[in-house]
Amino acid sequence: MKKFTIEFGRYILFCYESFINLFSIYSEREMFFRQIFYIGVGSFTVSILTSFAVGMVLCLQAGIASISVLNEPAYVGTVVSFSLIKELGPMLTAVVLVGRVAAAITAELGSMRVTEQIDAMYTLGTDPIKYLIVPRIAAFTIVVPILTIFSNIVGVIGGGIISIIKFDIPWNIYYRDALDYLYLDDFFHGLIKSIIFGILISTISCYKGFYTEGGAEGVGRATTSCVVVSIVSLLISDYFLSSLLIALGIG
Amino acid sequence: MIKIVNLYKSFNDKVVLDGINLEVYDGETLTIIGGSGQGKTVLLKTIIGLLKPDKGDVIIDGINIAKADKNTLHAVQKKFGYLFQNSALFDSINVFENVAFGLRHSNLSKEEIQKRVKLYLSYVNLYNIEHMYPSELSGGMRKRVALARAIAYNPSYILYDEPTTGLDPQTAETVTDLIISLQQKLKVTSIVVTHDIKAAIKVSQRIALLSNGKIVAIEESKNLLNSSNVLVREFISAAMINF
Repeated sequence: MKKFTIEFGRYILFCYESFINLFSIYSEREMFFRQIFYIGVGSFTVSILTSFAVGMVLCLQAGIASISVLNEPAYVGTVVSFSLIKELGPMLTAVVLVGRVAAAITAELGSMRVTEQIDAMYTLGTDPIKYLIVPRIAAFTIVVPILTIFSNIVGVIGGGIISIIKFDIPWNIYYRDALDYLYLDDFFHGLIKSIIFGILISTISCYKGFYTEGGAEGVGRATTSCVVVSIVSLLISDYFLSSLLIALGIG
Repeated sequence: MIKIVNLYKSFNDKVVLDGINLEVYDGETLTIIGGSGQGKTVLLKTIIGLLKPDKGDVIIDGINIAKADKNTLHAVQKKFGYLFQNSALFDSINVFENVAFGLRHSNLSKEEIQKRVKLYLSYVNLYNIEHMYPSELSGGMRKRVALARAIAYNPSYILYDEPTTGLDPQTAETVTDLIISLQQKLKVTSIVVTHDIKAAIKVSQRIALLSNGKIVAIEESKNLLNSSNVLVREFISAAMINF
């Protein structure tokens, strides 16, 4: 418990130091755009593929369940769009990014730490928080919601394809079902979550990498820990975020 | 001038620096010798502010960095060049970008930075390798690129952490000669940490022996081999046997 408290306190201080240096992003814009490209463009395909598959399976399950209860595949589009936009879109995109990017960031920063490259930055008059951490956090915070929007669209399209092929629901009916009951609040519900998820993943992965200890083995430990802590934090925070947003009347 | 007063540093229960007092005069090269695990690197990192001491003062040009705020510490760190034991080159960028790293936010134009990188690489006898990545360099070349990087923004102090460790005797000799020639060209104050007695005598004016977290002797380098200090004699004997 004592170890957890110390670690959590250090994480909070790390986040504080990163956020007060957020305006240094202009002087490190090259690194920022490099990270946008690496996180965003590099993860685009895997992110939309995942969402496409989930949209299809959601539609299949919703359709089958609806047939067994109502004898017809009713409100399939609504189930798919609500599930994706409010819940699965942000969560799946975040989980994909944990596996594809966050682990790599921890490993990269961890290697830099154990080979004294981070210390070298201090000696060269560069604050590694400004150079390494702030651009990554900013890039994540911008890229996750954008990827989530694309994932949502592709996921809904995936569901639409199954609704046509499997249940003979015309596209315009599915489309109307998907959008008719959806309000701007619901869209913002998912979007706000994805922003928070982006901040959470980036700060955890950067923190784990930045404070890596113990050579190559330590890098491995930090990377594993980043993935585990990120996913657990995402799942736990998802519930509390959803509750908070619902209480605030957003979605 | 660097002045270290009553410096203590521990890791968990292990005392590494146990009341260090040391002065390094402007323009001199001081070498700190001592066995492995005696705290030489910890002392060097504490001098540059990479490690915070538990107690004591590190005064650089009148500023006590042990008690300085972050901005003051950064300003003082800019006066230093630091050669890391394993070079610590940034492996994702090429040699040019490595050497130019400390100049990124300077007022120098791109052309001036290019000129300066070439100049400092020539100081360490490296030519036409700007496009290469650290993974493509030999150990000796990496060390020399790291040295060029450390001096590229004209520091007043250079700290060398085991500059000859892990190098073959010929390359070690080249690096030792480079330290001397840089000293003559740049007129900087240098601290060298090593257990290579031969290199220590060659590059420095004074040599300090660190043992069990304390500076137990400081000798003129020319007098080191004839020192009457028992610990110095023991260290030299051990070093000679290993040699």
